[in-house]
Amino acid sequence: MAAQGRQGGRKSNKMTALVVDDNMVNRAIHHRLLDNLGIESEAVGNGKEAVDIHCSGRTFDLILMDMDMPIMNGIEATRKLREMGIRSTIAGVSTRSVEHEIREFIEAGLDDYQEKPLTMTKLISIIHKVKG
Amino acid sequence: MNIVNQLQRQFIDFSTSLHREGFVDDQFTQLQKLQDENSPDFVVEVVSLFFEDCEKLINNMARALEQTQGVDFKQVDASVHQLKGSSSSIGAMRVKNACISFRSFCEAQNREGCLRCLQQVTHEYSLLKNKLQTLFTLEQQILAAGGSIPVVD
Repeated sequence: MAAQGRQGGRKSNKMTALVVDDNMVNRAIHHRLLDNLGIESEAVGNGKEAVDIHCSGRTFDLILMDMDMPIMNGIEATRKLREMGIRSTIAGVSTRSVEHEIREFIEAGLDDYQEKPLTMTKLISIIHKVKG
Repeated sequence: MNIVNQLQRQFIDFSTSLHREGFVDDQFTQLQKLQDENSPDFVVEVVSLFFEDCEKLINNMARALEQTQGVDFKQVDASVHQLKGSSSSIGAMRVKNACISFRSFCEAQNREGCLRCLQQVTHEYSLLKNKLQTLFTLEQQILAAGGSIPVVD
C-alpha cells in the first residue's frame, strides 16, 4: 500500500524515499536499490520538482538528492526544503569530489553524503541514518 | 560437457574478458546482483536506458561542436558530465574514462580536442553496445537451454 499524506499519517510501515536526480539511468538504479530493501520510492527530475512535491503535502522518510540538476540544483533544493521545515533524512549523492563543493552541499542541510555511483553498501549506510 | 555447461562456460569467459579489457567495472557486477525473480530484466532495461541516453547526449555534443558561430563549451561539458555520470552508474568504465578526458578539453575550450574525444566516446559506446548485446544473447541462450546464469564476481 502506498504511503501517502501528511507527516505521521501513513497507512503502512514501509519506509518511503524520494529520488531526486535529472539522469534517468540513475533514477532507475536508485529505484531498484531501494526496492530491493523494501523501500517504496518515487522519483523527480530536479530540485524544483522535489520542492513542489513537498508543497503538495507529500513527505518521505528519505530523500536521495543529486547535486547537479537543471532549474534548481541539490544545494538550493536542500536549503529550501529545510526552510520549509522538512526534517526528512536528506542524503546528498553526487559525483563531485572537490571538498568545498561537498562542504557547501552538506551545509545546505544534508544528513549524509555519498559519492556516486550508489551501491547497496552505501545505501544501507544511509538507511541507518534515517530518523524515526 | 552438455550444452548448458558449454554456454555457461562461454558466458563466464566472456564476462571475465569484459572486466579484464576494462569495458565494465565492479559497478556493472553490482547491477547484475540487483537482478532477481522480481526484476529479471533489470540489467537489460537499465543498459537500454543508458544507450538511449548515450545517443541523445552524443547528438547534443555533436550539434554543439558543429556551431560555426562559436562553440558553447559549457553546453558540451554539461552533456559530457551527464554521460560521465550515467556511464559511471552502470559501470561502463571505458566510456566514463573517455568522458573524463573530454571534460578537460571542454575546460580548455579546445574544439579539435573535443572533436577527437567525441569520436572516442562514440567508438567506446559502439564497442560496449556490441559486447553487452553478445552478453545478453548468451544469457538468453543459457535460459532457453534450461540453465541458470552464472554469477561472475
